[in-house]
Amino acid sequence: MFARTRLFTLGTAARSAQARALRPLSTSSIARSSAIFVHRDTPENNPSIPFEFDAQNLAEAKAIIGKYPPQYKKAAMIPLLHMAQKQNGWTSLSVMNYIAKFLEVPPMRVYEVATFYTMFNRSPVGKYFLQVCTTTPCELCGASKIIETIEKHLGIKVGETTPDKLFTLVEVECAGACVNAPVISVNDDYFEDLTPEATVSLLDSLKAGKPVTPGPVSGRQNCEPLGGQTTLTTPPPGPGFMVREDL
Amino acid sequence: MMLRAATRGVVNGRSRLVRGFQSSAAMRKEIEMFIDGKPVMIEEGSAIIQAAEKAGVTIPRFCYHERLGVAGNCRMCLVEIEKNPKMAASCAMPVGPGMRVITESPKIKQAREGVMEFLLANHPLDCPICDQGGECDLQDQSMRYGSDRGRFNESKRAVEDKDIGPLVRTTMTRCIQCTRCVRFINEVAGTGELGTTGRGNDMQIGTYVTRPLASELSGNIIDLCPVGALTAKPHAFTARPWELTSTDSIDVMDALGSAIRVDSRGAEVVRIVPRTNDDVNEEWIGDKARFAYDGLKRQRLTVPLVRSGAGRLEPASWADALQIVGQRLRSTAPEHVAGVAGALADAEALVALKDLLNAAGCERLGVDSASGSASDSASGSVSADVRSSYTFNATLAGVEDADVILLVGTNPRREAPVLNARLRKPFLAGTAVFGVVGDACDLTFDYDHVGTSARDVDALANGSGAFAQALRGARRPLVVVGAGAAAQPGVAAAVARLAASLPALVTCEWNGLCTLQAAAGRTAALDVGYTSCDLDSARFVYLLGADGAAARLPPDAFVVYQGHHGDAGAHAADVVLPAAAYTEKAATFVNTEGRTQRTRQAVAAPGAARDDWKIIRALSDAAGLPLPYDDVSGLRARMADVCPSLVAADVLEPTSPEVALLALSRLAKSSAPASDAVLASDIADYYMTDAISRASRTMAKASAAANGRLASGSDGAKAEAMRM
Repeated sequence: MFARTRLFTLGTAARSAQARALRPLSTSSIARSSAIFVHRDTPENNPSIPFEFDAQNLAEAKAIIGKYPPQYKKAAMIPLLHMAQKQNGWTSLSVMNYIAKFLEVPPMRVYEVATFYTMFNRSPVGKYFLQVCTTTPCELCGASKIIETIEKHLGIKVGETTPDKLFTLVEVECAGACVNAPVISVNDDYFEDLTPEATVSLLDSLKAGKPVTPGPVSGRQNCEPLGGQTTLTTPPPGPGFMVREDL
Repeated sequence: MMLRAATRGVVNGRSRLVRGFQSSAAMRKEIEMFIDGKPVMIEEGSAIIQAAEKAGVTIPRFCYHERLGVAGNCRMCLVEIEKNPKMAASCAMPVGPGMRVITESPKIKQAREGVMEFLLANHPLDCPICDQGGECDLQDQSMRYGSDRGRFNESKRAVEDKDIGPLVRTTMTRCIQCTRCVRFINEVAGTGELGTTGRGNDMQIGTYVTRPLASELSGNIIDLCPVGALTAKPHAFTARPWELTSTDSIDVMDALGSAIRVDSRGAEVVRIVPRTNDDVNEEWIGDKARFAYDGLKRQRLTVPLVRSGAGRLEPASWADALQIVGQRLRSTAPEHVAGVAGALADAEALVALKDLLNAAGCERLGVDSASGSASDSASGSVSADVRSSYTFNATLAGVEDADVILLVGTNPRREAPVLNARLRKPFLAGTAVFGVVGDACDLTFDYDHVGTSARDVDALANGSGAFAQALRGARRPLVVVGAGAAAQPGVAAAVARLAASLPALVTCEWNGLCTLQAAAGRTAALDVGYTSCDLDSARFVYLLGADGAAARLPPDAFVVYQGHHGDAGAHAADVVLPAAAYTEKAATFVNTEGRTQRTRQAVAAPGAARDDWKIIRALSDAAGLPLPYDDVSGLRARMADVCPSLVAADVLEPTSPEVALLALSRLAKSSAPASDAVLASDIADYYMTDAISRASRTMAKASAAANGRLASGSDGAKAEAMRM
């Protein structure tokens, strides 16, 4: 009798364990966005931090606005935001508010544009903004390896900044340099044909403040074939080539 | 030749009344097209969805709204067009001649089902706890186009809620991004703080930085929202739409008389929403009209009160209270009796009170100052002899036709926010330029700040400055004078002189000289004959809901306050007679245009409160001066005798231009000098203008948010605003 009861108890436990295994509460991983699309005041990003164009940018901004009819000043929003981001390092709330005032539009119109385009950084970035292309051609040529190398070398994950505020690592979509894949863009310069070793030495040079040369690190000049030319290797034929002799 | 002579004759005879050649809005060609085989004639350039409405076919939609710009982003309104390979969004597709549209077919049903499935993929299944439930477009349309099971096994998108002030509650996860609210705030309200941030699946509606909406029309986005993303914070979790009794009525929070629907449950008003009236409010109402209803439950006077020997107001029976007032009225010499009509006084009570006091021999009947402030001038210098000198003559819809608009001493955003939205229309269309004399304030449209005082109005009359030239060259000039400013000494005369210099201002077909009243009861009071409000040496003062006058009562006067709220007037009174508020009586109000409209009773008056005119009728018996009417039809017959327009509902009778000009010419001769005093709007705080809105907690919160006390205040205040 006792044995049967015990057996029964065990059976119940086994059944409930099985039921738990069969019906998980969640069916998929939660997809989180890489950025937030609302503003929260922080010590480094709040509307009381002053920002305005320096003299050179101010003159340029006026020239850009001058290209548009006066009632369409707002057409200059994206170039002005780019200029302001370059001056400030990133697009802070003060930058956006300043542009809104400059173009005489409600600030929300600028927030809309700045949040839509991923190249406006609405949070601070390091001195070297490493943008690793991970779109198909780069990925096929080892972009994941490059990311892994950087993460290991700098000790940060994608989306993070090093504690010394030197490097910020992000993944981006096609950088438009597929023929020299894989490619990183460091601020405005492209470093192409990367290998993990070349990436490490690039990072070290940047960290040490040594001068670096943008472009392919493989020794290529541009996007010519890596192992030398495979076509058009002979001198071009002269006039009359392949033309009937009687002509 | 004869024609010329005739024209000259007119010019010589009545130089001001030239009949100009004025064009109306350009009519566009009508074309014929077919909706489901049914022929429809419609203006060129209309959308297919409008043609379908005309043909009596309702196409499902989420983003499209007749009064907003076309976004075309929900794709719910897909229809087939014959000979077109693809389906088209009917809200964004203009009609073409001979176009044949199919609105129902298996292909269309399948397409709409696809759209619905995508919308529901990210929409939470929280209808049981959603305030929109029962009146939700998504819920309704999913009955037809939704599947009974989902194929979406992934996690739903979640969006954090936004704090956009004490009036609008947000549950942004429910948002389907139709952008109606964004378009309303940007196009109609004109404050521009709502927008879309982010992109793709991360796109969300919001303000980006946390701030309350600055618009006085913000509550309208609750009605516009087709789902439960934007709901009314004060109404949250109080009632389901099918539990409510709806009563069509008229708003009295400003002088526009916007059409409203009062939703009540039992004896309680739980919600006020707008009705469509294209002539007055289109389909918007201000936040005060929508949310001040909770003031109807607070500070109410429910029993008659009599001040005892100890100086306290003690409850009394109706018979005792009326007996005291009646005896006092009889024993006071008529020249020491005065009556003051408050902001919310209805026409029935105004006529009855005037009849009673006139029967007692008293002629001192005045209106309260509009703002409820202790402004001593009140409407003393308003000329009420001719109706056109205190009404909005161009009509509310007419402001869209004006080409040069001058606002004198008025801030329409505070005095009539729905009118301000109308004024924005010609601004957006680029058909009007604006000038302001008075305080410089954000009106949501650009204007030329011409000056601040009556002297600057005189300068305009003399033609100095660019704006004066524009005003002179205008085909349909519009001059809007705030009622508070018009009452200040010298202003009416200065405006009349300006009118004299503008031949196009008052003509046979256009009267562009308008007074914007701020109080719902004001036009009727002036119609009936309440004018001056001099309380000096008064021994018996009858306050008909007048709270502003309480500050300037003579100290030894016997004061009777008849009204619905224990506000300033009741505190100063010796006898308080409790009356019904606008949701509790069927009463007549005349809006600032002179349009007569009636409220309907939605709920019963609380306690012993009674209709205003009935109280006065009972008092007339107690005073031994019985009024010659016992029922409302008798009273209305008397109203028709006093002022026929008071019983002609929803009819506008324009003052003839000859009479209007005569009144102006008399005013212009007035010797009152134009002063340098700044012509500020009568209303300093939009959210607190009358006894009801001052008693409302919601309005207090909205006022605090608008004045920045919540926005930049402590986190505790913010947290409280979020909770409510």
